[in-house]
Amino acid sequence: MRVSHHTVRACLPIGSDSDLAWVRQHVRRVAAESGFGLVQQTKLVTAASELARNTLIHGGGGHVEVTALEDGSAHGLRLSFVDTGPGIRDLDQAMTDGYTTGGGLGLGLSGARRLVHDLTVDTRPGQGTTVTIVVWATDMPRPRAEP
Amino acid sequence: MQVPEQDTVPESAARWVGEFLRRRQEQIAQRWADAELFRTVFTVSRDEAVEACKAVLDALSAVAAHGALENVAAPGFGPVRDQLGRMAGSRSRAGAGPARVADEVAALRGPATALLRGEFEDPSSEQAHECVLALTVLMGTLRLVVMETALGEGEQLIERQRQQLLEVATPVINLWHGIVAVPLIGTLDSARSQVVMENLLDAIVTQQARYAILDITGVPTVDSLVAQHLMKTVAAARLMGAECIVSGIRPAIAQTIVHLGIDLGTIPTRNSLADALAHVLRQQGIAVSAGAPVGAVPR
Amino acid sequence: MNPPLAEPPPPPVPVLALGDVLLVTLQGDLHDSAAERLQHDIAERVAREPVAGVVIDISGVEVVDSFLARVLAEIASTARLLAARTVLAGMRPAVAVTLVELGLTLPELTTVLDVGQALALLGRTPSGPRARQGGA
Repeated sequence: MRVSHHTVRACLPIGSDSDLAWVRQHVRRVAAESGFGLVQQTKLVTAASELARNTLIHGGGGHVEVTALEDGSAHGLRLSFVDTGPGIRDLDQAMTDGYTTGGGLGLGLSGARRLVHDLTVDTRPGQGTTVTIVVWATDMPRPRAEP
Repeated sequence: MQVPEQDTVPESAARWVGEFLRRRQEQIAQRWADAELFRTVFTVSRDEAVEACKAVLDALSAVAAHGALENVAAPGFGPVRDQLGRMAGSRSRAGAGPARVADEVAALRGPATALLRGEFEDPSSEQAHECVLALTVLMGTLRLVVMETALGEGEQLIERQRQQLLEVATPVINLWHGIVAVPLIGTLDSARSQVVMENLLDAIVTQQARYAILDITGVPTVDSLVAQHLMKTVAAARLMGAECIVSGIRPAIAQTIVHLGIDLGTIPTRNSLADALAHVLRQQGIAVSAGAPVGAVPR
Repeated sequence: MNPPLAEPPPPPVPVLALGDVLLVTLQGDLHDSAAERLQHDIAERVAREPVAGVVIDISGVEVVDSFLARVLAEIASTARLLAARTVLAGMRPAVAVTLVELGLTLPELTTVLDVGQALALLGRTPSGPRARQGGA
């Protein structure tokens, strides 16, 4: 991916229930500012919520780095969820629908991947996990309001 | 210290050409205004064409004065980039392809060169030769600038048309109180399916529609991606509390869907839009009966 | 830019009783703990009181992730075991699209466009058109 310009927008802690809510609100705001449509905003916030919860529950807490991307006229966002937890032992299994160790529906990683343009996982046993997602604002014509 | 290579234009020649273009602006502009490129674009008045020519000559003169003869991105072109883009766009709308436009730009060199030669007592002198070369290089650069802006215009045009098509081709119709329908016509790709889905779901909210009909009578083919989009639309509508019915699945498409191994079993379907509407009206307890004959019935 | 520190736990989501129907209105961002507390509260109420139906209005919710989806599905399953029916009302289009993309179609939940339809469906019709069960 050719990215000509980027700026780090924010670094938010993930250590509690209310931090998750704060991450959702913050991601919603920067997505709107980056020109994301309502559906795209919702998809991104939902993906961020899934991954932040992973960081909290499986990684024992960490932080998320929000970066604004620019490539020509295209605007995007990169979110990196970083923890220093136990790492993911079997990544293939973790990326499978329905696999869970945390009591959810097992859709955290695999579900988030379907909501974004790109998802990469960097994990080392005993050292931690970084999950990075990238989303680009797609230009969608808005439906005209009916009279 | 620069050592001029063979065929390299000395800076003095570039400056001289810059000065010449400024000094002879009026004469060159009068000749260019009759050239095909300007004549066909500025059809309202010849004065308008002359003014446009002068603007381009100003730009060329500025570029030459800075010695940047071969620089397509020279700041001197800045003020006329818009104008050149509009001209190229106008020519392309008139049916002139990029090659044709390039030829028309190239044709501007002749009249300018003729005037340039006239400036020299000895047109075969070294200096005259260098200046003609400088003008030739400069006009070649202008041609590239026009091509560049023309391509940009073309891309913008295509993008604009694509957006318009997406909007126009996916209307949501309010069929009845609480019943909306989208008659899909033409090939569905991923982007369009997305637009259809979002428009339909928004209409369900604004129209308080408990029923939505997706009519695909006018869709020539359905691949697995489109089938998936249809299923997602139906599932999303259900989550919102509306029933979504797919109508008009032609036999050929039904076969394709079976061959693709796609299970549309969970999706309510009807043969035609009329069947779907009748079904929905029945569901709502609305009876439609044939009343007294009206219209073109002989009495 | 920083979240407030040592925030008190979010207030519990109120559960209103309209006759034998429980009405829950979710608003804005729901904390995980508040969602779990709600699930517990509803189960208690349905077990203790003669509840025929539970209406959950999510028209004010902008995000439903897999956690909240699981909570909603479990509320419905628990209520069904106790002979009460759960109706989900007013899901926004963007939320619906996202849930479908996540693969969460919530088959255990009955869905309707708004609270009025939900009440009508449960036979507590204040007024309005005849109700219908949403979806298959």
